[in-house]
Amino acid sequence: MRNFRVVACLLALGVLALAPAYLSAYELSLLGRFLALSILALGLTMTWGRTGILSLGQGVFFGLGGYFLAMHLKLMRLGAGEIPDFMEWTGLGYLPWWWKPFYSGAFSLATIILVPALLAGALAWLVFRRRVGGVYFAIITQALALAFSTLLISQQKYTGGFNGLTDFGDAFGFTLGDNGAQLGLYWLTLGVLAPAFAFSAWLLDTHFGKLLCAIRDGENRVRFLGYDPVPYKAAVFALGALFAAVAGALFTLHDGVISPAMVGVVPSIEMIIWVAVGGRESLAGAVLGTLVVNLCKDWVSSAMPELWLFAMGVLFIVVVTIFPRGLGGMLEGWLLPGAEGLLARFGDRKKRASRLGEAPPRGSQRAEMMKKSEVQQNA
Amino acid sequence: MTDYALLAGQLFNGVSVASILLLAALGLALSFGLMRVINMAHGEMLMVGGYLSFLTYRLAPARLGFGLALIAAFVGAAAFGALLELVLIRRLYGRPLDTLLATWGVSLALQQAARSIFGAIGVEVTAPKWLAGSFTVKGGLMAGFNLPYVRLFIIALAVFVLGGVWLFIQRTRLGLYVRAVHQDREMAEALGVNTGLVDLVIFALGTGVAGLAGSVLAFIAPVTPTVGQSYIVYAFLVVILGGLGSLLGTLLAAAVVGLFSAGAQIFTSVSFADVLLLMFVIGFIQFRPSGIFAARGRALEEG
Repeated sequence: MRNFRVVACLLALGVLALAPAYLSAYELSLLGRFLALSILALGLTMTWGRTGILSLGQGVFFGLGGYFLAMHLKLMRLGAGEIPDFMEWTGLGYLPWWWKPFYSGAFSLATIILVPALLAGALAWLVFRRRVGGVYFAIITQALALAFSTLLISQQKYTGGFNGLTDFGDAFGFTLGDNGAQLGLYWLTLGVLAPAFAFSAWLLDTHFGKLLCAIRDGENRVRFLGYDPVPYKAAVFALGALFAAVAGALFTLHDGVISPAMVGVVPSIEMIIWVAVGGRESLAGAVLGTLVVNLCKDWVSSAMPELWLFAMGVLFIVVVTIFPRGLGGMLEGWLLPGAEGLLARFGDRKKRASRLGEAPPRGSQRAEMMKKSEVQQNA
Repeated sequence: MTDYALLAGQLFNGVSVASILLLAALGLALSFGLMRVINMAHGEMLMVGGYLSFLTYRLAPARLGFGLALIAAFVGAAAFGALLELVLIRRLYGRPLDTLLATWGVSLALQQAARSIFGAIGVEVTAPKWLAGSFTVKGGLMAGFNLPYVRLFIIALAVFVLGGVWLFIQRTRLGLYVRAVHQDREMAEALGVNTGLVDLVIFALGTGVAGLAGSVLAFIAPVTPTVGQSYIVYAFLVVILGGLGSLLGTLLAAAVVGLFSAGAQIFTSVSFADVLLLMFVIGFIQFRPSGIFAARGRALEEG
């Protein structure tokens, strides 16, 4: 069973690695972009799917990663004594002190990795410490996304405002946009995604990962067993933010622009739908969901732009009410048992019990509802 | 304009924003307290109310328009809320995060529907003549202090609605059931209270009040497809601050959020005021994690 999964993942990796051979340049750049986004989705699978922490502000961490890299790239374009174009237009006339360290590539990379993770960890710790969670946390993160995007728009002098940051210089010695760099960028994205995937899969299999599931299914029981869930929740949320920031930086490289339109309330919730469609608990589902949803978005919004929000709304309702386990759940529900059944003749078969990420029900009506959904899941 | 007038004006602004937030958050707080679900489409109920009153003004004779618009907004939004509760929220009972996501889907679909029907720019509603003017202090310390009648009307409406809801919950049979379900759902159910009906009524009442808020908001600003989004995040913060389903808590929290934003805007820009507000809320829950008025209970899993 386990071997089968590993083989399936390696096969998928192989298919992706060979993509430059059979995809056109445009298709490849789309795929690369979506693969970058799926790194963020891996983080969401761990925080939301496994730990039950719903973040409606993942765009903030994505945006931080993107903006930090964009600041560096913006500076790389400048000659001595010049300042970024938008600072001239808005009449700022000098480079603010907190932009200056971003001349250094190493510093920029360090901020991408450290700042969003630390910020997320601190926020999560402050909120969870007082046993505020669930819906409250979701709303707080949404308010964070709102505040962050309005702040970016209003501080046009420092952030480029509504248009964001674009028109970059060379990235670490490569000129963005030429064909070789495009291919290199694709490899880079894949080269980050694959270890991130392997790391996530390993982490969820450790004691730490099992505790995350335990916290989701019964936080108070975990407490009674002598664990303090707060550091675990803060840690996994920080990890999710780190993944989001890396995805944001990679996406900025692919897209050549980062703007408030990618970090606000609506984009943040769009990230949730990737994972919801993919199946919130499954890592492979997260990647698959991101690819499928974004491909659909690409098709729908080029054919009929006004339809996309509509489609996304309906998708949310349908996935949550009818397919709470998403594509990944279907995969596990239909494909794997088939393969598993074949393998079972040679080895012992373990049934994996899994439950959706909500607190245990109280009371008769809820218990009944939960029982029903459990039966469905186990069926 | 004197400094005093500026200060008083900002204070008045704060109270005015607070009264809108109160109307927007009341339904959220009630249904959250009762059912533990957050309705992300609640902001769109403001939008529905706004568009309904726009349509009423178009269709109804001018004299009756004002009253009819308010009624249409309330009834229309309440009916919409009832439908939402029956079709969607009831099915997701006991899965609060999933409810949140599904209702977000409803919210997106409604926004897009409004954009397709009425256009993205928004529609204007002109207030009746007797609401159009404003009251200005001519001399003395407060010279230049300006009180638009529309805003005074909104404050009065908020007070009226709050009073009405309070009377409903404290003085009627159904209100008694609401309090019973709020305190102990299983026990109330065991004693024969139709909890499904109570949920439905409270949910519809909450969305109706939001529709009312949307209707009067139309006098201040054009009704756009995203009008709900601009208020709803603050309304959520009001719910967090206020505590579970407490009317008094919601009132106080709306006042705090409204005055805090208005106060912060004296010293800094609107966007920084948002950031400060969020930091204030996170700071606040360090001291009172379950809001200004926490529902006291011994159960660990509650709330």
